[in-house]
Amino acid sequence: MMGSLFYNIKQAFVQLFRNRGMSAASIFSILAMLLILGLVFIIIVNINLFGEIAKQDYDQVEVFIEEGSSMSDINDVMDKIRRRDGVVDVRYRTEDEALEIMKDRWGENGYMLDSLEENPFPASIVITVDSLDNAAEIAGYAGTFPIIEDVKYYQETVEKLTKITDFLQTACLIVMAFLVIISVIVVSNTIKLTVMARADEIHIMRYVGANNWFIRGPFLVEGILIGLIASILASLAVTFVYKEIVDIIGDQVFAIVSSPLISVRYMATNLSIIFLALGCSIGAWGSIVSMRRFLKA
Amino acid sequence: MITFDHVTKMYSSNVGLDDVSVKIDKGEFVFLVGPSGAGKSTFIKLMLKDIDVDSGEIYVGDYHVNKLSNRLIPQYRRKVGTVFQDFKLLPKKTAYENIAFAMEVLHKPAKQIRKQVPQILSLVGIADKADKYPSELAGGEQQRVAIARAIVNNPHVLIADEPTGNLDPATAWGIMDLLNQINLRGTTVLMVTHAKDIVNNMDKRIIAIDKGRVIHDSKEAYEGPMEEEDLVKGGGYE
Repeated sequence: MMGSLFYNIKQAFVQLFRNRGMSAASIFSILAMLLILGLVFIIIVNINLFGEIAKQDYDQVEVFIEEGSSMSDINDVMDKIRRRDGVVDVRYRTEDEALEIMKDRWGENGYMLDSLEENPFPASIVITVDSLDNAAEIAGYAGTFPIIEDVKYYQETVEKLTKITDFLQTACLIVMAFLVIISVIVVSNTIKLTVMARADEIHIMRYVGANNWFIRGPFLVEGILIGLIASILASLAVTFVYKEIVDIIGDQVFAIVSSPLISVRYMATNLSIIFLALGCSIGAWGSIVSMRRFLKA
Repeated sequence: MITFDHVTKMYSSNVGLDDVSVKIDKGEFVFLVGPSGAGKSTFIKLMLKDIDVDSGEIYVGDYHVNKLSNRLIPQYRRKVGTVFQDFKLLPKKTAYENIAFAMEVLHKPAKQIRKQVPQILSLVGIADKADKYPSELAGGEQQRVAIARAIVNNPHVLIADEPTGNLDPATAWGIMDLLNQINLRGTTVLMVTHAKDIVNNMDKRIIAIDKGRVIHDSKEAYEGPMEEEDLVKGGGYE
């Protein structure tokens, strides 16, 4: 068995070299495909991170307390809420704090609120939840207490955000699928040419009783080698480019959307693994597809 | 050994074989003759399972050929050696390598290959040409390499499809001697040919096919329809 593995690898290298023009063409087409794929992947992962970070800002439920409620009632409600699953933190926000927050939010126009004779903002309880999925349920529960006037949480905003990121991810996945199909076609055509050049040899192998895997072996290894070389090149190129991107615009991105870019190391590791797996399978798949015609019966 | 039982194979426009029943025993030497388009190639292709029967049964050795699953075809073909008119040698391999290749395909140990290939080369009479490439060999010598390759794995049957078609008469007779010798060692030989003088001078069983039917099956000389071509067909040397 080791002998035949060695045979396959040797044959594959010989073939790869003899057909170096076509091999280079296949390598470059897979490389191009992987690079576009890498770009799409970088976009997906960063959108994902942005989505997660944005969601963190909205992991709060605010329940407003009826005016004139006693502090002991409020503490009682807070204790009960605190005991619920999924509640991370419960905090009391006074009328004055609410006014300050609103002034902050209004920024330069905050002074306009100073002219108010009476503070119109109610006191509230701010509940931090561990996951947005629990927000609706906890909001519903909090609303059942008589001293609670109104409940506010950011479900709609979050849903919109989720919809957008989901859509972008789906779109990117479709693009990826197309790229994979295209590269299988390209690789299988390349290998088909080398197979055709060896049609006589395959014919003879079949007459002396070689089984299909014996015949396929060298071509399979050839396909995998093509994929391997392309994926190594792609990993190097994408890592380099992504590092440049992070160096140049990483800080600005953080300033604008208050979300960092994924680290170069994380991106490089994951992309390399994906590239290797994908490149090798595309190569292997392409070679099997191209040989089918020659090996039936 | 080889049994064709009411085998019929039709092509869209013409007859391949029409209800052919033939039985060839182990160790026999049989000529298969007839004009082109008569069904000789169909007979061989069916035996090699290149094509499938329409009806009827084919048995070769222990194999029920027309029922053979795709997975078992390689295994079956190892039991059937084949020699072609155009030799079908691998041009980038030497005589030795061409024969060794047939053994490598079957994952034979390297030690056995090193031992057996020289033996078989001297059996077919070209021990001194082991390191020559096919392009450096004469036609008859190339055919000897092809025969060596066909028998190196000890097949039950040797099918020779016009093995002398590209050779001059003297060379052709040399090949016939070799085939006869292989037959004497116990291998069943089935040879397709147009060469009337070979067929009628070997004192072997002759099966003639015309229009898909067997029209002659005996050791008697066959004088029916056959191809115009004579034994000599171009020079044997390339």
